[in-house]
Amino acid sequence: MKVLVCIKQVPDMESRFKANSSGNWYDEADLAFRMNEYDEYAVEQAVQLREQLGDAADVTVLSIGPDRVVEALKKALAMGCDRGVHVQDPAVSLKDPWQIASIIATYAKDKGFDLIFTGMQSQDRASAQVGVAVAEQLGYSCATTLVGFSFADGVVTAKRELEGGLKGVVKLRTPALVTCQLGLNVPRYPTLPNIMKAKKKEIQAIPVVDILKEEALAATASVYPPARKGGGIVLEGDLNDMASQLIGILKEKTAVVR
Amino acid sequence: MKALLVCEYREGKLLETSYELVAFAEKLGAEKAMVLIGSESEAPKVNGTVYLADAGKYGEYNPDVHKKIVLAAIERENPDYVAFVHSSFGWDLAPRVAASLKAAQISEIVDIVDGKFEVGVCNAKLRRTVTPKSGKAVLTIQAGAFSAAAASGAPQLERIEPADGASALEFVGYEPAEKKDVDLTRAEIIVSAGRGVGKKENVPVIAALAKAMGGELGASRPVVDAGWVEHSHQVGTTGQTVSPKLYVACGISGAIQHLAGMKKSDFIVAINKDKDAPIGEVADVLVVADVLQFAPALTAMLQK
Ligand SMILES: Cc1cc2nc3c(=O)[nH]c(=O)nc-3n(C[C@H](O)[C@H](O)[C@H](O)COP(=O)(O)OP(=O)(O)OC[C@H]3O[C@@H](n4cnc5c(N)ncnc54)[C@H](O)[C@@H]3O)c2cc1C
Ligand SMILES: Nc1ncnc2c1ncn2[C@@H]1O[C@H](COP(=O)(O)O)[C@@H](O)[C@H]1O
Repeated sequence: MKVLVCIKQVPDMESRFKANSSGNWYDEADLAFRMNEYDEYAVEQAVQLREQLGDAADVTVLSIGPDRVVEALKKALAMGCDRGVHVQDPAVSLKDPWQIASIIATYAKDKGFDLIFTGMQSQDRASAQVGVAVAEQLGYSCATTLVGFSFADGVVTAKRELEGGLKGVVKLRTPALVTCQLGLNVPRYPTLPNIMKAKKKEIQAIPVVDILKEEALAATASVYPPARKGGGIVLEGDLNDMASQLIGILKEKTAVVR
Repeated sequence: MKALLVCEYREGKLLETSYELVAFAEKLGAEKAMVLIGSESEAPKVNGTVYLADAGKYGEYNPDVHKKIVLAAIERENPDYVAFVHSSFGWDLAPRVAASLKAAQISEIVDIVDGKFEVGVCNAKLRRTVTPKSGKAVLTIQAGAFSAAAASGAPQLERIEPADGASALEFVGYEPAEKKDVDLTRAEIIVSAGRGVGKKENVPVIAALAKAMGGELGASRPVVDAGWVEHSHQVGTTGQTVSPKLYVACGISGAIQHLAGMKKSDFIVAINKDKDAPIGEVADVLVVADVLQFAPALTAMLQK
């Protein structure tokens, strides 16, 4: 059983963001990067499947991006993936989801992966496209937004999350691709021994030009901060001052605090 | 310019969000046709063509079959744009249709600016305009971003069929939402804990504030996923939609899926250490502070 997990490295969402000087993406200077939250669930599910199947399974983790993404790959290896692939692309943020998907599909095409895990969306771009587009390009069956996953006898049973707490259960045969939603599992923390073990695992480097075959279908015209609606009151400073100010406002503006 | 709008239908009902697509097409200035995999009695009340594939035959959502139905409608209509709502249906089906057409897809559009499509980046902290480079483009629109058009009109129904009904995927059934032990929709005051509270042991700090205010405890999704608070307290698209007189968001960033569940509240207070947190966009009062320090101070003062 060959398994592929696709992970993206994204900035910490609590950062302050501004457009870059070309106005086509955010400025990456001074940002701290980490593994996309949704992809942590994908890695965890792949590793759990590996534990279920034992040595009959082999899990590859792949990330496209500049050199910094090796850190995210190392984390996935320390969580239990077997091998890493770094598709080297310093300009990944300017590729559209179709191209990202095509890079992954070109890599995966003749490798015979039975199952591919991706996140349902990336936290920065949030297109929710790459996973499904990879499945389409490879001709794999595909289910998105998983909050439940089980595998037996070549069949995946997937619980898809719909709106308002409703879920839909589907079955799909391998080869298949699934996209992982928040809450699918509880991603493990890499332990120190596993971090040490991961250091010995191979990370293959592939220059993106070797496997990029598609032109972009969409382009970013511009990136800019949202127009502030404003209007709201902002309180800053001493805790007790703010608390009494807030109580004053609530007494005046709402009928429920007296 | 023509837009084909893909309606959403579940368990025998047309979803009201389908009318948001109509509003989007109007704002875009596009002629519209719609496609529905559903029943005739549930056809959207709009003027113009509605391509109808029979729900009785094609059942609940199956991406392989529904893709072929949408493609059949595209072949008849030859639209410039194919639009979906960005929902568990839209984000699942749109990329499949886009890939079949080899067309650009632009996800979760929040507005149209000078004819370009505007989307959010980094939890809406930035905006981005995107332009398709392909002849046709597939679009998904953010739920709630375009207020639904009125349901008035009489559609002209045209029957369509998928090229074939084969599917690699089998729909097994629905699992209903978990039973609720609190009904947040009746609460006048809700005080919600977000990931910013840090750990499960800190949840009582927020619960104490809720109690001092005479309100119920709510929560954002990560807090529920981590098991700090029961699911029945979750506010948002995959939890409850609430509109209390007062909503207090403690350590919640304000992701669209959370906002969708609470932005209609009469008065919103956010307590966040990040002055730029997107929750500030909907907050009437933003308290810039560490909630673990501010909440106890506020609780103590309320108890006096
Ligand atoms: C399909 C789908 C459905 C979803 N449904 C829902 C839903 O129903 N409900 C929901 O809530 N989410 C939902 N989400 C998840 C949503 O996108 C966000 O991930 C989530 O709302 C973030 O929760 P949060 O604000 O608590 O955490 P974060 O985004 O991590 O924000 C934490 C905030 O706390 C602040 N903070 C940190 N420490 C402190 C401190 N000491 N004092 C004060 N502030 C602090 C930070 O500045 C930050 O703004 C859904 C996502 C998807 C894709
Ligand atoms: N640069 C990348 N490298 C590897 N995987 C990626 C990359 N970008 C996106 N993905 C995968 O595609 C998913 C959806 O991303 P997106 O379409 O950007 O929302 C992510 O959760 C990842 O699993």
